Amino acid sequence: MLFQPAIIALLLAAGLAVLMLAGAAPFAVQVIRHWDIGSGSERQLALERRTYLFSTLLAFVLVAQLAALLLFVFNADRLAAMFVGAMCAVGTLNVNAWGFPSLLMQTAVFFLAAMWLALNHVDTLARDYPLVRIKYALLLLLLPVLATNFWLELKYFLGLKANVITSCCGSLFSGEGKTIAAEASGMGPGPALVLFYAGLALAIGAALWHWRRASRLSGYATLAASAAGFVASIVGVLSFVSLYIYEHPHHHCPFCILKPEYGYQGYALYVPLFLATAAGLGAGAIQPFARIASLRAVLPRVSARLAGLAAAGYTAFAALATWFVLHSNLILIEH
Amino acid sequence: MRPWLEKQLHLIDFTLASLARRKTKNVGLLLAYTLIVFVLASLSLFTHALRSEASYVLAGSPEVILQRMVAGRHDLIPPGYLDKIGRIRGVQKKEGRLWGYYYDPVVNANYTFMARPASEVADGTIMVGSALARERGLAPNNTISFRSYAGKLFGFTVAAVLSPDSELLSADLVLLSESDFRRFFEYPEGHYTDIALSVANPQEVRTVAAKLSAALPDSRPILREEVLRTYQSLFDWREGIVLTVLAGAILAFAILAWEKASGLSAEERREIGILKAIGWETGDVIRMKVWEGLVISLTAFLLGGIAAYVHVFHFGAAVFAPVLKGWSVLYPRFTLVPAVDGLQIATLFFFTVVPYTAAVLVPIWRAAITDPDAVMRA
Repeated sequence: MLFQPAIIALLLAAGLAVLMLAGAAPFAVQVIRHWDIGSGSERQLALERRTYLFSTLLAFVLVAQLAALLLFVFNADRLAAMFVGAMCAVGTLNVNAWGFPSLLMQTAVFFLAAMWLALNHVDTLARDYPLVRIKYALLLLLLPVLATNFWLELKYFLGLKANVITSCCGSLFSGEGKTIAAEASGMGPGPALVLFYAGLALAIGAALWHWRRASRLSGYATLAASAAGFVASIVGVLSFVSLYIYEHPHHHCPFCILKPEYGYQGYALYVPLFLATAAGLGAGAIQPFARIASLRAVLPRVSARLAGLAAAGYTAFAALATWFVLHSNLILIEH
Repeated sequence: MRPWLEKQLHLIDFTLASLARRKTKNVGLLLAYTLIVFVLASLSLFTHALRSEASYVLAGSPEVILQRMVAGRHDLIPPGYLDKIGRIRGVQKKEGRLWGYYYDPVVNANYTFMARPASEVADGTIMVGSALARERGLAPNNTISFRSYAGKLFGFTVAAVLSPDSELLSADLVLLSESDFRRFFEYPEGHYTDIALSVANPQEVRTVAAKLSAALPDSRPILREEVLRTYQSLFDWREGIVLTVLAGAILAFAILAWEKASGLSAEERREIGILKAIGWETGDVIRMKVWEGLVISLTAFLLGGIAAYVHVFHFGAAVFAPVLKGWSVLYPRFTLVPAVDGLQIATLFFFTVVPYTAAVLVPIWRAAITDPDAVMRA
């Protein structure tokens, strides 16, 4: 299955990311050991020059990883036609044991990359690059994550055998199963509705609070509320939003909504949700450095802007989900 | 937000002006870039169009086709076989089909003969596919004779030429009545070539197939979804192979981009030196260069994409058709239905813009760290 254009592209992007990060690692170690902004030594000058290169390289690699998540899901959905028993991305991801770990890893890379990019952005705004050491230390931590991601993807794509009979989303996302996904799907529409809107209200509220009044406390609140809002949103999609979109009381799949039969409504839901969560996490991730002198002026501005983006994203997501529910012909809750 | 936007606008403005100052160098790069996008985009548009054509074509075919096997080879369906299947829940219709191949020495091609009920094709008349009609110069009401495998000559009147819209399916097709078919091929009475079953619910198809093989162990059910899947992976595989062959070209292009970006002329060096001397920072120069890369990338992407669209859907992908389409004497002439797919565009983007950007980043940085005094003194 390796000769699929989208698979080649994904492996290319993941491989390039690992290569570039591995190439940057020795430099990262150098920066961590020898960086001294006050010094005018030749080594310091060389380091300062090189940070431009590596910051640009890494920003490029990580932006590519953001796009790769979309391509990964898109591709999984499209490949479903190739496997017996697969109706959507779930079937493709279930062909071997590496599919779902690979997707989760790609999602983790997405959020970690977003946080690193936020940190990098703030750092370039300050005169004295106060976060350089932290940035490159985090980079060294990011390298194994990206390497694992590449390894999982390779394992997954190499193991895609067309003769495997895979299972369809109906069996994975049903209320009777023992998995977390099944638990979430099996939740009654009433409590799920409350959890969904409460989680989103919390996320929007915290983000708006931070947007109006950027303090460290509200920043951390945005981080926590974004994470909670993300989980609540996914549970909500599993337990009732998808049902309304399919107009079917037992079809809980979060991937079938990506299909053209449902007008690609899933992309309209997931893109704002993921962007909002990434922005919210980014706003929180830069908070520990708010006290640094050179960042005191710029950091609140950046994080407030990120929080504004998060609030807008969650609002768009909530509005769309509500609209899908109201326009559906399915009645789950009688009133 | 506004000052940031304004800054980027001015950067783009400056970048465009600076690109225009070095026309020949940049036009060369743009041409190479456009060409590579054009080739890759043609490839993916064409395979995607073929894939969707295959699924349109197969949408009307029966869900299950049942063949009888003797010693692992396809054999005729004997009388009474159809009744042995009995009633299977979910099967809406089952019918025996009669078809076969006929080799025509006049054009050195194989025709597909297929029997239709007398209500559609009267005895003594035939309907022919348009590729066949073209090859043999046939029009309605002409007569044509075929020498059967038994050596006898049969004359038929052409009742109609099948619509060219269905040419992909009917290029080499000859439709004739059942009794004509049996006489022409001396087909034993009551025998059929295979059995077509239609199943209403797509999720029941596998169960129906399992029941069929349990009831008739000497049969082989062929599912429409399997045929479709085979086509899909065949076209994907062909696309992947061509892509792998083209990987060398992508690499060559990345090297070219690297060369172009690192071969800064003395004039450009001077320009960057002056910019830095008047207060630009390294970050600004990098930003300007990134904009330059983006402008070139997006222009090439757009131009190459449009050229590929025209090439595939207006000129029938003349460059790739021989590799990707397959070959036959009576090859159907068909126009592809324009179909563009988001996944293709995303993939294409990954294949062109990502290698290009990766290749030019280091040269961009090299240019950006130039010391102003070093340049201006030189």
